[in-house]
Amino acid sequence: MKTSDKKRVLREMLFARRFEERCYEAYVERKIGGFLHLYPGEEACAFGVLEAARVGQDYVITSYRDHVHAIKCGVDPKAVMAELFSKETGVCKGLGGSMHIFGAANRFMGGYALVGGPFPLAAGIAKGIKMKGDDDICICFLGDAANNQGTFHESLNMAKIWNLPVLYVCENNLYGIGTRIDRSTAVIDQYKRVSGYDIPSSQEDGQDIEKVYAAAETAIDHVRSGKGPYFLELMTYRYRGHSMSDSNAYREKDEERMWGNRDPIIMLRERLIEAGELTLEDYKAMDNEILNEIEEDVIKFAEESAEPSAELVDKYVLAENDPWVNGGAG
Amino acid sequence: MANIMFWEAIQRAHDEEMARDPLVIAMGEDIGVAGGTYKATKGLYDKYGPERIIDTPISENGFTGLAIGASFIGVRPIVEIMSVNFAWLAMDQIFNNAAKVRYMSGGQLEAPVVIRSPGGTAHQLGAQHSARMEKVFMGIAGLRVVTPSNPKQAYGLIKSAVRCNDPVFINEHELMYNLKGEVPDEEYFHPLEGSEVAREGRDVTLFGYNISVHWCLQAADILSKQHGIEAEVVDLYTLSPLDRDGIRESVSKTHRAIIVEEAEAPVGVGSEVMAIINEECFYELDAAPARVSAMNAPIPYNHTLEKMVIPDAKDVVQQVLKMFGKA
Repeated sequence: MKTSDKKRVLREMLFARRFEERCYEAYVERKIGGFLHLYPGEEACAFGVLEAARVGQDYVITSYRDHVHAIKCGVDPKAVMAELFSKETGVCKGLGGSMHIFGAANRFMGGYALVGGPFPLAAGIAKGIKMKGDDDICICFLGDAANNQGTFHESLNMAKIWNLPVLYVCENNLYGIGTRIDRSTAVIDQYKRVSGYDIPSSQEDGQDIEKVYAAAETAIDHVRSGKGPYFLELMTYRYRGHSMSDSNAYREKDEERMWGNRDPIIMLRERLIEAGELTLEDYKAMDNEILNEIEEDVIKFAEESAEPSAELVDKYVLAENDPWVNGGAG
Repeated sequence: MANIMFWEAIQRAHDEEMARDPLVIAMGEDIGVAGGTYKATKGLYDKYGPERIIDTPISENGFTGLAIGASFIGVRPIVEIMSVNFAWLAMDQIFNNAAKVRYMSGGQLEAPVVIRSPGGTAHQLGAQHSARMEKVFMGIAGLRVVTPSNPKQAYGLIKSAVRCNDPVFINEHELMYNLKGEVPDEEYFHPLEGSEVAREGRDVTLFGYNISVHWCLQAADILSKQHGIEAEVVDLYTLSPLDRDGIRESVSKTHRAIIVEEAEAPVGVGSEVMAIINEECFYELDAAPARVSAMNAPIPYNHTLEKMVIPDAKDVVQQVLKMFGKA
């Protein structure tokens, strides 16, 4: 990664961190309802991989922990926050919510709330790319616990036999909701499970964005060059509970401290300071600027936006005025 | 007009749509090299190749989900699930993703996927290969459900479903693939909403769909010849959304209604049509509506018991005579 890119990505990651922390506050203030799954601690995964991709052109799909992936794909943070505030200016007009952020114009194909649900969707998008003859790829981000669903196995098998341009990124944060991976999963190293489908795979430190970026470059080159699917496992940790309804009582303090010391944002910041590319004052100024931007720009927009109009309640159940419903006579 | 079999009509619809649009594909177990369990894709593997006529692994949820994902970016998949019993495995992808993606994305994405699958009781296939599942599909917002009773509908419904931007589930029947019927020589697109009067009558309306339309027609014939009762037969080729206008019009004319379904009665087409009759034209009724349906049991293997569970034309005649105080 070039120094200028590292500095830009540091700002993007910090923005994502502050965005998510502000979501937490808004949830406590009851501005955000439903379920809320936050990303702090895992930022280097999404940013490292998507830095190596053609953001906005490659297709991205993920789970319910989706705000940050959407923003990195180019979806307007104001529209994401407005969606969380369930306003009509939200990306999905207030019909989706935190777990269902979509940004089709940026080829962010959505957040899905059934664990493992996007595995076959990603393979299907890759099938579509292949049929159109484009050199785009589909990148699917899911957590380690999704790999215990049948869709994991079914999709890897199909992606391999049909040589589909899909990159599966496993954000291994060591917990499936509140159950530690060794209590739910026979094989801890997720990349090893993929060998059963003859798909190349690797494991990387998910806290170090430069390592993630390098691993993603290799993985993306493989997929884009037509060699078929790839599985990249990134070892990471979420600093908050699974969702806001999570007591977070199941993790050891030592473990949390250990991962807290490997904060992806701090790691990159320190590296840039050591290299003389950044001062702590620069960083603090940037942080203040971000906090201000989130408050004055993002939150204000979400707060001041209107509630969805009542006509929206059933507007998108089916296609509107589709002529083929009447046999094409319409 | 050509008199062709049900499977030939389906095959012709696939062929025409695939020739027209290179993004139309078909997927399913054994549909390619093996030619299809029901011959619905016969000859198409040689014509369109393995990228478009896709033999899938036996992974119903996986390949249905894959088709749904492909449909997000413009591919028009026609998925064959070999039996509706196996479609249970694909429910997660159909219900959670195909039926909801337009809504939860605020109209940004759509899933124009066609899923065909035969249900129904055939010949001693046992409890796990004889289910009728239309009642499950028709209860899901965001999913269209149609069910052809003849080759013309089978052809025209696929033609419209492939082009429609909604996910469409086409409920076929194991026993009907060799049924013959007239199909127009020119291209024909069947509406995805509505119902058809398959036989005009004045005394009672028999509502049927898919195979039960044929039982209703046989029953109407017997009733006319032997009992002087003229039954109207309404073919509910659309199960979601049900044709409220068509139901009201026919009941307002005959003032009596019987719903005939191969499925067990609870939470079914019959209960839904009765609810619509109550809502739309209760005061037109001269008699309480009735259902002819399967017993509430899994399907047994034994042939005699199997026939006992599933209704037929004789049961329809009996129910009509009972309604008229003649049985």
